[in-house]
Amino acid sequence: MEFENISREIVQAFETGTISAAPETLFAIIIGAIFVNNVVLSQFLGICPFLGVSSKVETSLGMGMAVTFVMALSGVVTWCLQTYVLQPFGIEYMQTIAFILVIAALVQMVEIVLKKASPALYQALGIFLPLITTNCAVLGIAIIAVQKYPFDLLTGVIFSVATALGFALALVLFAGIRERLDVEDVPKAFKGTPIALIAAGLLAMAFMGFAGLV
Amino acid sequence: MSKMQLITKGILKENPTFVLILGMCPTIGVTSSAINGMGMGVATMAVLIMSNVVISLIKNLIPSKVRIPAYIVVIASFVTIIEMLMKAYVPSLYEALGVFIPLIVVNCIILGRAEAFASKNNALDSALDGVGIGLGFTLSLTVVGMVREALGSGSFFGMPFAEDVMPLVFILAPGGFIALGYLMVLFNKISKR
Repeated sequence: MEFENISREIVQAFETGTISAAPETLFAIIIGAIFVNNVVLSQFLGICPFLGVSSKVETSLGMGMAVTFVMALSGVVTWCLQTYVLQPFGIEYMQTIAFILVIAALVQMVEIVLKKASPALYQALGIFLPLITTNCAVLGIAIIAVQKYPFDLLTGVIFSVATALGFALALVLFAGIRERLDVEDVPKAFKGTPIALIAAGLLAMAFMGFAGLV
Repeated sequence: MSKMQLITKGILKENPTFVLILGMCPTIGVTSSAINGMGMGVATMAVLIMSNVVISLIKNLIPSKVRIPAYIVVIASFVTIIEMLMKAYVPSLYEALGVFIPLIVVNCIILGRAEAFASKNNALDSALDGVGIGLGFTLSLTVVGMVREALGSGSFFGMPFAEDVMPLVFILAPGGFIALGYLMVLFNKISKR
């Protein structure tokens, strides 16, 4: 009975979008973004790379780092774009187009700069960068951060970075599970994506335990 | 490929969700009820058809080096139009789908069809391809939504039949992954892949 009441509350909070009941401190924002509202496991953003690049722990670590890097940068750039261009001119409806163009350009630029400035880092992150343009987590978090923390650049950026760290954490955990799944004897119809989805569901269930932490 | 085949291939043979495994985020994110899934599917289908037509019309004008950014601008424009229309005419659905409406821009299905089909075929065939793939996507989303709604909140398209006795987990995050996983198993079993 107790559990039923709690889960009903969670559903209500989930539906009204107040699951992280107004986090006040930066610490609460960070914990909330990494664990409670994990970007993959509770907000369903970035599932394509989550399923696609999670077959090995090493590659998933690289992807996680690349996403963290790009998300931090795009958090700063999209906040400036929203505050200094879109709002003063009253053209907020151009948000989707403006943000996706900026993110695509940013990813290209990061790729070029990294190639010149730090070949070692480029070697590590290079192949993941083109994939990030169509990673819905980057655009999604840019939009959510601007909606949630419209007056504060620092909070917005911290929220973006924490979310990206949550993405990296989920990706690495899941890659660990999938490495084990590969050697298991799985029924034919379950092979590949279906069993991975079910494993992701169990992981998401574990992450639900963090609900109410902040 | 005949015109009819163009439309029907998206439903089984090239089903975007169950066979190509594209566009997973909206598939799990918005399917907590059948109506939401269907709304998302129809919105995506509308964007897909229009962007396919426009891209196939302007395919010879775009230099191949900048084709991806050009496609993204076309798609983003149509997404903005759909977003405004939904905000004006179906505000409750607009609220329910939330951030997933602007995220239609980065749905791999749309960019994938632009690159794989619309950039090589004429406008009519591209429109039909958009209808076919869009229908397949809408159907899958509706089915996933129906299953999750029935198991999680005990109702069918918003009509309750067994409220308050069903495991709520199916309309929460974990249930989304698990329900989709088992539906995929069922699809594999039926289509004998």
